[in-house]
Amino acid sequence: MGKIENLDFKKNTLRKINNYLQNISYKNNKREFTVKNPSGHHAICAGLTENIFVKINGHVGYYCGGMNQKAHITINGNAGTGLGENMMSGLIHVKGNASQSAGATAHGGTIIIDGDASSRCGISMKGIDIIVKGSVGHMSGFMAQSGTMLICGDAGEALGDSIYETVIYLAGKPKSLGVDCVEKKINKKDIKKIEDLLKTGKIKKFKVKDFKKFGSQRKLYNFNIDNVSDY
Amino acid sequence: MCGIVGLYLKKKKLHNKLGFYLSGMLDNMSSRGPDSAGFAIYNNKESKKYYKYSLCLNNTLSSDFEQVVNQKFKDITIKNISDHIVVQTTTTPKKFISYIHKNFRLISLVGYGKSIEIFKQVGNPSEIVKKFKLENFSGSHAIGHTRMATESAITVNGSHPYSTGEDECLVHNGSLSNHNNLRRQLIKKGKTFDSLNDTEVAAGYISQKLSENKSMKKTLTESLTDLDGFYTFIAGTNKGFAVLRDEIACKPAVIAENNDYVAVASEFQAMAHLPYVNKSNIYEPKPGVVYTWGK
Repeated sequence: MGKIENLDFKKNTLRKINNYLQNISYKNNKREFTVKNPSGHHAICAGLTENIFVKINGHVGYYCGGMNQKAHITINGNAGTGLGENMMSGLIHVKGNASQSAGATAHGGTIIIDGDASSRCGISMKGIDIIVKGSVGHMSGFMAQSGTMLICGDAGEALGDSIYETVIYLAGKPKSLGVDCVEKKINKKDIKKIEDLLKTGKIKKFKVKDFKKFGSQRKLYNFNIDNVSDY
Repeated sequence: MCGIVGLYLKKKKLHNKLGFYLSGMLDNMSSRGPDSAGFAIYNNKESKKYYKYSLCLNNTLSSDFEQVVNQKFKDITIKNISDHIVVQTTTTPKKFISYIHKNFRLISLVGYGKSIEIFKQVGNPSEIVKKFKLENFSGSHAIGHTRMATESAITVNGSHPYSTGEDECLVHNGSLSNHNNLRRQLIKKGKTFDSLNDTEVAAGYISQKLSENKSMKKTLTESLTDLDGFYTFIAGTNKGFAVLRDEIACKPAVIAENNDYVAVASEFQAMAHLPYVNKSNIYEPKPGVVYTWGK
């Protein structure tokens, strides 16, 4: 290991490749790496902790970039279930589509998905920013606690079901809203945030005025006997 | 968990590679289902005059079986592969199957039809693929399964694909919760079942609907209301196959399609070895939508 050409799944094992990327010294001058032939392997680039730039050329399997800290990961392909699960900081950019539960429980950093995200995108997210240039599947933003989702396409059924304090900006239409998720008025802070996210995602097709804001009605926060059927 | 795979070849020149491609797909799905595996191969080349019966010998000696069957039925050829035999004969299913059930109780009929051949076994999928020499098979389309048992025992009868009708088969990733009730209803309609497995019931359900002259698309659409549980199905007939995910869609599936083939699998890694797959149109089947391919 050590040579860039060895970050190739045809020549090396997942464990060795991950182990190498997880142990780049902060003193190392070489900060850019390319992973080849990922062939849908799971947990590629999970647990990275350094400020490095990793390009993955191909489609990845489950939990790519899980628990990521600081690293910038670009996937030239599609991603499987649980992309950037529980990530803390850094950036993951998927050039294709992402499967279900992208950004699940993630605390920080940014995920950019150029294509569509499948169901349960941003489930239980805790502070991450998720930018989806396409559409998201059903139950996206389920029980999402904080952070922001910006979706340029449509959303599937039950968007933001049982949502806490995550804010969802949606340009398309939701098939339906989940329990306790409502449309809200856009304020100055929202405009600034949407502008920032559009800039981060390098999105030019959409303007701030294209987006609607969705968030929690906060009716489920305290038990109310009238809401019993919603629990 | 379980892994399911399906491959439909659009071009005839690729037909002799079917087994080779499928063996790689099953091999890559060993991680999802390490305890048993099976596959169904559709080959429409042979004369329509003949039926093919895929049998698992279990503990019966193939020589004993061959001797008796050769005397009993005319115009018969027998192919031996590992613990399976494929009997090709003009004898109709009604006659042949009841004969087998009566005279060879230990033998399980795993499938029959004019183009289908089914093989399934207990053990590690990579080894099973080698035992059956899957690489050598040719055909137009195939379906496979690697099993992580949940609903019934680890036996050949508990393994997929399930075939409950002529040239029909089903593989399933997930579990059904209303299969006991449904089994009782189907038994009343005359269906028979060899196991306590939930997928066999779903296969029986599909066969029943198809025998009522419903299309595969209509059948699977109706299954969304009649089957309760989690599933991604691949259902095969001699014409092609169909894919359906339940509306909650907890069970994964990915499809890759190009001019040469359609590949379906639980995970992308099952198809990573297929030619030009990275340039194919790759997408996830949407929940509750029936996808079909074939003539």
